[in-house]
Amino acid sequence: MLTLPRSVHDQMVAHCLIGLPDEACGLLGGDLASGEAVTCYPTRNLAASAKLYTVDPTEHLRADRDAEGNGRSIIGVFHSHTHTEAYPSPTDVAQAPDPAWHYVLVSLRDTYPMVRSYRIVAGAIEEEPVRLLAR
Amino acid sequence: MPVKVNLPTVLRPHAGGERTVVMDGATVGEVLTALVAQYPGMAGQVIDDSGTLHKFVNVYINDDDVRYLSGIDTPVSSSDELSILPAVAGGAVDAGGLHPR
Repeated sequence: MLTLPRSVHDQMVAHCLIGLPDEACGLLGGDLASGEAVTCYPTRNLAASAKLYTVDPTEHLRADRDAEGNGRSIIGVFHSHTHTEAYPSPTDVAQAPDPAWHYVLVSLRDTYPMVRSYRIVAGAIEEEPVRLLAR
Repeated sequence: MPVKVNLPTVLRPHAGGERTVVMDGATVGEVLTALVAQYPGMAGQVIDDSGTLHKFVNVYINDDDVRYLSGIDTPVSSSDELSILPAVAGGAVDAGGLHPR
């Protein structure tokens, strides 16, 4: 299960909306063991594409240092699908770097953004519940 | 010379859970080769057999991505810190474009 404070959820969705018409992406910092995100790190999409994303490696390093410096880790990545559902694409699965991470998809296809989260282990996709905290 | 190497979470299990290890080498390539030699579980995940940096890995010396320096030939000193992170990328369609908009 992925736990998202409302503020992290809203920051993530806002970054995806601001990124239109391109896909947007970012990282989540938090506690890997419990799956609770604490910080949203919006990053640049170096691919600058409506169909692909690449997290800016320099911003990834900065986010990783910030998270580790606060006794946390990067626990996952989020990105938007601008015209498709919130489900990992073959590209997403092929390039999923860490089986411990949470892979969050924000679909902007419909009127309201749809947020869903997945674990991707050895190419197998499993959806997980997303719990929203009021704060 | 000894260089501090920061490992990403995905590689830590191969190094007994350590977040940071110290490896010897005068270049990025030498440090990474020493790393894989000491922790064979990382083989194929950082550098390939020919010593080329893995496509889905980013390596930094201090704040700089080594791809913008001299890659694996970039010299390192004991005051440098080497960081390894996964390259994070993906997209809504696969290469074959099976999900047209």
